[in-house]
Amino acid sequence: MKKNVFALVSSIAVLGTALAGCGGGQPAAAPPAGGTPATPAPSQPATPAAEKKPQVLKMNLHSEPPTTDPGLAEDTTSGAIILATFDGLTRIGTDDKPHEAAAESYTVSDDKLTYTFKIREAKWSNGDPVTAHDFEYAWKRALDPKTASNYAYQLYYVKNGEKANKGEAKLDEVGVKALDDKTLEVKLENPTPYFLELLAFRTYFPVNKKVIDANPKWAGEASSHVGNGPFKIESWEHKSKMVLVKNDNYWDKDNVKLDKIEFSMVEDENTELSMFENGEIDWAGAPMSALPTDAIPALKDQGKIQTNPIAGTYWYKFNTEKPPFNNIKVRKAFAYSIDRKALIDNILQTGQIPATGAVPPSMVLNPNGYFKDKDLENAKKLLEEGLKEVGMSKLPAITLSYNTSEAHKKIAEAIQDQWKKNLGVDVKLENKEWKVYLEDMHEGNFQIGRMGWLGDFNDPINFLELYKDKMGGNNDTRWENAKYKELLNQSAQEPDLEKRKKILADAEQILMDEMPIMPIYFYTQSWVQKPEVKGVHQTGLGDVDWKGAYIE
Amino acid sequence: MIRYLGKRIIFMLISLFLIVTATFFIMKAVPGGPFTSEKQVPPEIKAALEAKYKLNLPMHEQYFEYLKGVVTWELGPSFTEKSSTVNDMINRGFPVSAHLGAQALLLAIFGGITLGVIAALNHNKWQDYSAMVIAVLGLSVPSFILASFYQYIFAINLGWFPIAKWEGFEYTILPSLALAASPMAFIARLTRSNMIEVMGQDYIKTAKAKGLHTVAITVKHAIRNALLPVVTYLGPLIAGILTGAFVIERIFGVPGLGREFVLSITNRDYTVIMGTTVFYSMILVVMILIVDIAYTLVDPRIKLSDAGKE
Amino acid sequence: MQNLTKEHFEPISVDLRQAEAIKRPSLSFWSDVWRRLKMNKVAMISMIFIAALIVCAIVVPWLTPQDYFTTDLAGKNKKPSAEHWFGTDDLGRDVFERIWYGARISLQVGLAAAFIDLIIGVIWGGIAGFYGGRVDEMMMRFADILFAIPYLLVVILLMVVLEPGVGTIILALTITGWIGMARIVRGQILQLKNQEFVLAARSLGADANRLIFKHLIPNALGPIIVTLSLTVPSAIFAESFLSFIGLGVSAPIASWGTMSNEGLPAMKYYPWRLTFPAIFISMTILAFNLFGDGLRDAVDPRLRK
Repeated sequence: MKKNVFALVSSIAVLGTALAGCGGGQPAAAPPAGGTPATPAPSQPATPAAEKKPQVLKMNLHSEPPTTDPGLAEDTTSGAIILATFDGLTRIGTDDKPHEAAAESYTVSDDKLTYTFKIREAKWSNGDPVTAHDFEYAWKRALDPKTASNYAYQLYYVKNGEKANKGEAKLDEVGVKALDDKTLEVKLENPTPYFLELLAFRTYFPVNKKVIDANPKWAGEASSHVGNGPFKIESWEHKSKMVLVKNDNYWDKDNVKLDKIEFSMVEDENTELSMFENGEIDWAGAPMSALPTDAIPALKDQGKIQTNPIAGTYWYKFNTEKPPFNNIKVRKAFAYSIDRKALIDNILQTGQIPATGAVPPSMVLNPNGYFKDKDLENAKKLLEEGLKEVGMSKLPAITLSYNTSEAHKKIAEAIQDQWKKNLGVDVKLENKEWKVYLEDMHEGNFQIGRMGWLGDFNDPINFLELYKDKMGGNNDTRWENAKYKELLNQSAQEPDLEKRKKILADAEQILMDEMPIMPIYFYTQSWVQKPEVKGVHQTGLGDVDWKGAYIE
Repeated sequence: MIRYLGKRIIFMLISLFLIVTATFFIMKAVPGGPFTSEKQVPPEIKAALEAKYKLNLPMHEQYFEYLKGVVTWELGPSFTEKSSTVNDMINRGFPVSAHLGAQALLLAIFGGITLGVIAALNHNKWQDYSAMVIAVLGLSVPSFILASFYQYIFAINLGWFPIAKWEGFEYTILPSLALAASPMAFIARLTRSNMIEVMGQDYIKTAKAKGLHTVAITVKHAIRNALLPVVTYLGPLIAGILTGAFVIERIFGVPGLGREFVLSITNRDYTVIMGTTVFYSMILVVMILIVDIAYTLVDPRIKLSDAGKE
Repeated sequence: MQNLTKEHFEPISVDLRQAEAIKRPSLSFWSDVWRRLKMNKVAMISMIFIAALIVCAIVVPWLTPQDYFTTDLAGKNKKPSAEHWFGTDDLGRDVFERIWYGARISLQVGLAAAFIDLIIGVIWGGIAGFYGGRVDEMMMRFADILFAIPYLLVVILLMVVLEPGVGTIILALTITGWIGMARIVRGQILQLKNQEFVLAARSLGADANRLIFKHLIPNALGPIIVTLSLTVPSAIFAESFLSFIGLGVSAPIASWGTMSNEGLPAMKYYPWRLTFPAIFISMTILAFNLFGDGLRDAVDPRLRK
């Protein structure tokens, strides 16, 4: 999910000036996050004087949200607006856990396959009541092949969801049913330990059938947009400006402090930072945009910068079918011989964590990592052995590919130099336009290529299942391992969380033993903000929720 | 004249058809599609998406669909902006681009001609040198640097203008200046060199000998003749200003069509690529026609129609 | 007053055969151009500057110990100093060194693209303008169509089909770059071809080839040279745009355009990363412009005395 906007972000970086997300691409972050529906949001007691401050937050949205339709959205920008204007059955709270939101309560069957939700008494922003039918309609709409929702697979956890989406089952057979106006019954394919968290993701949000039937372009204009979330869209000047105001029909409106959020849409990161420094906006950088890398040391010196780790890994992929990277030892030699810490300290500069495993810290399986960063001794030895195994005396020149962007280029240039110094290998850099690059990666048309991955929900399976199937859509490395596959299949059936974690750790061990990918760092996001802005919640997945935000 | 115009309009239509056709096939030849993404979707979803946007049809049928869309001016839904059609996007973006472009164009033409004429009339005097220094500076600094520089000086340091966004006249000044710089410099230099040349010609000497006033000579004879190459340059200039505004639009956060156009290509947003291309080409071919007609007005020696042939 | 008598006068012999002799030494067209160019100080300085630039671009990387690719992360973003004359960039590479490697790329691209544009543009525009009518119509319409096809699309296609490199960049720049030149030439020819000297040449039996290349083009050289002098810098800029969309030279080599693009966000913090490439671009363009102006004056046949 999410990554689609990356195309946009990176192409902007390509054509305009800067860097698409300094972290190496700030791929669109995705799944929505939440404020705390259950717990009153910012517990900080506001002084009476502070109370009088106009509760207006000024932000830069970076780019135009392609849509505000929860069933169709694919990118972070849309995701953020949708999270602000809709409410799912659950919403992620400040504790990063799902809490009841549009659902007042729920029960789970013993086999963990049936969930029954009691829908809260609430209204849409146009005054219609929010009912269980709205959810049923929304889910079935997203799964309907005719809707062609890119994110429909998020609903595959629901019984017959996948089949219906692929046209193998009727929509009526999908395991979601409104028993009455206020009761929603959901049947799942497998016991899914993170299902409540998934419910806070936008594809699971309700939509108002009447509104959609009346105007198929309802999600493109402020006047026709109807949501059930903490805010509603007051005005929307495309590509220029969007204003959200507090939704008085929201069930938890007492915990919504902001009266208004004003978004501008400026794509240039340097301009955005200047606007912040000029006091025109209250926030610059992540999660909607990124800070220009060259500004970071200065911002750090001023103590302004804030960072937050997010669940994402930046890695280089090896094409394991082409020599010399069909050899495990050669791959390992390349992975061990770079100095991740130096890259982070000098190029990325915003507290990223050197990655010596595939799964990021927030869902970590083995906190110690699987190998040592900058292990030159082993690297040289492995390279020598590996070369012998493939019958080469010296490595030919290697090509390292990346998609055109300043941030990726810098990292590639530094790693190129490190490999030259540490392994004596000549590396040629090759950059390609984003879509051409993706096509080449998917077709195995590379030797070493850059990619990144952001988690969609809080579970290591996100990262591990990428390499499950050789020709799986996002594997690219052409690597496959029977044991690995089996472990992942096992994990899907395992109801015991601890045992499941152990199984996944074993799988990650195999991945790192065979090294089809070379992890480099775990993402962070960084931003600057006015100190009086409080209560903006950013999740570990890189989403932002303004529900509990306020100005002090 | 009418026959000539009719012929030109037929040519225009043929040109447009060829442009649409060439663009369509080049677009299809470029690797990657609208649904190529870092996270590949399951093949079934991809098939559903393709069916929705009619990408599953054979190439020639897609091509005819597009042609039909162009003729009826129903350009279809955008691939990236799920809730907008291409018509919506053009209707929103073009007025902004046209506003910015027109302002920049006026600045470039009047500024450029004025500088050029002043320089030529004061050939090798200080006015000449200072006008040309301004012109050369406008040409030596790439627009992205110039735009950032303006922003840095006039908006951030001096606070005279807003840094970015598009919400009123004061917001339009810096982007227009940045966009106008290079064409203005070009026009200034072209005008100057033509003027100097024209001023040396016999008919000017004759006019001077007749005792005509300098102003009259300049306006009636010299400028008119010096403008011909400038007019030649206008067609491409207008197209360039409209599409080339991408960098400026981005730096100043202007919601114009220029960035739509560039982004549609990197996103492989097929319908938007076709829509904006057709739209821009229409402007371009019409401009070129107007320029050719303007030729005759500026230079009576050139006749429209087949007179050029001997 | 003295009386003038016949003795005061001496008859000189008049040789009628010599009356037709040409007193001024015969100069070929180009040696005349050179003679007059030499008198123009500004143009000469510019020419020397350009020549020096070309020599330095060839020689400097050779003579200096540093190279353009070795990174030194600990020594990044250092101010200009005795060790690094132009400072270092964000990977600790020597900016001075990179400037000269960049000069190679930028000059190559600028000169080659301008030259190719010139040749195609003059031939295309000359023929179209001279023959006029249907030929003109077809040729200029073709140029219009080519011009209207989205450039970026063509460039991305080129990038995929060809190996990225200087050659591909030049191709991408010239694929539509010649159209401007062709338009200028055509406009000039249209204007000139009805003038008396053309009629005179024509009535003396000059053929089309001779008319175009001996009479019309030399008379249109002014605008052609001005356009040419502007093609070099615009090619240098266009190259930086192409570098961004992936058609540029492969990293770690950088052209001036790429370097200033990279330096732009650092303007506020590490100004030398923008200043040096920007100064070199501007100086080079200035020199080409001034040299072009000088050349224009020198070649204009109407200024020949």
